[in-house]
Amino acid sequence: MTSAVSFQKASRHFGSVRAVDAVDLDIAPGEFFAMLGPSGSGKTTCLRLIAGFEQPTSGSISIFGDRAEGVPPYRRNVNTVFQDYALFPHLNVLDNVAYGLMVKGVGKAERHKAAEEALSLVRLPGYGARRPGQLSGGQRQRVALARALVNQPKVLLLDEPLGALDLKLRENMQEELKSLQKALGITFVFVTHDQGEALSMADRVAVFNDGKIMQIGTPEDIYQRPRTRFVADFVGSSNVLPPDFVQRYSGQHRWGSLRPESIRVGRAAKGVTSGEGVSARLVSTNYLGATTKLALDADGLRLHAIVPAGIALPAEGEAVVLTFNREHLHLMDEPA
Amino acid sequence: MSLDAAMVRATAPAILPGSGGLRGALSDLFWRKPKVLLLLMLLPPVLWLGIVYIGSLFALLAQSFFSIDEFSGLIDREFTLKTYGDLFQAANLDIILRTVTMAALVTLASAVIAFPIAYYAARYARGRWKALFYLGIMLPLWSSYLVKIYAWKLILAKEGILTWLLAKLHLLWVLDAWLSLPIVGGNSLSVSFTGTFIVFVYVWLPFMILPVQAALERVPGNLVEASSDLGASPGQTFRNVLFPLALPGIVAGSIFTFSLTLGDYIIPQIIGTSRLFIGQAVYSQQGTAGNIPLAAAFTVVPIVIMGFYLWGAKRMGAFDAL
Repeated sequence: MTSAVSFQKASRHFGSVRAVDAVDLDIAPGEFFAMLGPSGSGKTTCLRLIAGFEQPTSGSISIFGDRAEGVPPYRRNVNTVFQDYALFPHLNVLDNVAYGLMVKGVGKAERHKAAEEALSLVRLPGYGARRPGQLSGGQRQRVALARALVNQPKVLLLDEPLGALDLKLRENMQEELKSLQKALGITFVFVTHDQGEALSMADRVAVFNDGKIMQIGTPEDIYQRPRTRFVADFVGSSNVLPPDFVQRYSGQHRWGSLRPESIRVGRAAKGVTSGEGVSARLVSTNYLGATTKLALDADGLRLHAIVPAGIALPAEGEAVVLTFNREHLHLMDEPA
Repeated sequence: MSLDAAMVRATAPAILPGSGGLRGALSDLFWRKPKVLLLLMLLPPVLWLGIVYIGSLFALLAQSFFSIDEFSGLIDREFTLKTYGDLFQAANLDIILRTVTMAALVTLASAVIAFPIAYYAARYARGRWKALFYLGIMLPLWSSYLVKIYAWKLILAKEGILTWLLAKLHLLWVLDAWLSLPIVGGNSLSVSFTGTFIVFVYVWLPFMILPVQAALERVPGNLVEASSDLGASPGQTFRNVLFPLALPGIVAGSIFTFSLTLGDYIIPQIIGTSRLFIGQAVYSQQGTAGNIPLAAAFTVVPIVIMGFYLWGAKRMGAFDAL
């Protein structure tokens, strides 16, 4: 089966800056694919390579089997939902949504009908006469989505689409995007720096750093079995454990990772020096509502633990003992 | 050191005493009553604009309703529309049509030339290139208008560099063919309407480039990308996105180029034919002919035309994106 999007050693260099560096990538048709990474990691440039706003300096890119190098954006059946939506301020909502059909020469009645349908799809029926300036951020986001979907693209690109929305709205939109993607069966490629968003929405996630893909896998893979220190640290701020520490518990001299929620925190029994667990000192507590995040200092090694709310906590500065299930200690591929 | 700072912080009062004196009192007054400051700042320009400027304009308008006694040459200070009737004499109507046509063509040409320059400056020029752009646009404005016009007279003259260059390129026949045309032609470019047109466009171009550039600068780059992403070719993007969003800037620029051309009397006098433009008509009517009412009536023409122009532009939605 041909991939929806395929990168073969694709690079995009800006002078000496390697924004995207020899990336190999295959996105399956109908997949909800997330590109996750910190800012400047090359994920947005990858998206722009698919959209056609950037051309690869080397390597090749194909979309549904067709070579895409040198093909301008307006000849690609790919549409983008921009980060700040990029709605046309001089057109009303209906004409914004109908824009793609208008430039393709679809008649007025027909394109307005299609635009109305797209607006109903994103649950904004009857908003056509308004100007983008009169809409809230969440509504603009939906208009941008409708404007892209009305063209029935082969691939829909979303550049941090939820970044500007507040938390509640973001959670609603996440669910909606997910169900929309299922219903339409269009390949979604989604760029985000929010690991929670990537894990909750995507079928597969690619973690970017320094223009390279560090790891591609299902959200579970990425979260449970990070391959490198970077992935462990970036996705869910796992505790990265140095080889010497790991050797004591697993017998192998390798970098390891331990999820903060896998650590149990107990009060140190007086006079007992660490028998089973790791002795540490509680540095600070961070109340997060459903959970509490603890910063711990284990003999110079900074660790984080997340414990459910309602558990009696030791005071800050107190000595504690940390225990964890050894199965939860994940060994990384990265050499020591 | 930090302990000292902490001590100072501990002894400092929560509310500082007034700085005293007239300056302190004035600062406090302006802070409490910002409108006083606003009034003080606006009073001089309002007096200037309201009394000296608008006042003299109304004096001028009043003059246009007087008439001249054809035998004595004295001004008859009685309300009449006769002077306006004189505007519609064939010779005067000719002057008006000629000027308006020239102003429209100059505006159109300025817009066409200015757009790519402004687009480059707004989209691509950064840092040093942007400074160079501003310098290039503004530098001609620093030198005397008369010097520039006389320089153009030399450039466009029969013995000038343009003729010489075309001769070297064996393209003199193109110039000769153009100059042999009626109306736009003449003995040489410096005594033809074509020459007048070229110099008008040159002199007013900065007034078109700058507003268009400012308008384009406000168009987010991702709108162009969004248009392209949605399948619009570069031409379609220009028609449907860039042009409508740059239109307020083009209209602002065209107000300059159009009204400046309507009123100018120096360029057509130095470069061009002996046929008059509105500015020259005003000049000769109030000077040699001593017909102040007709001169005043002539000045009203550009004002009325500009009024209609702005009204039309507003109806076209040119100011919607402001």
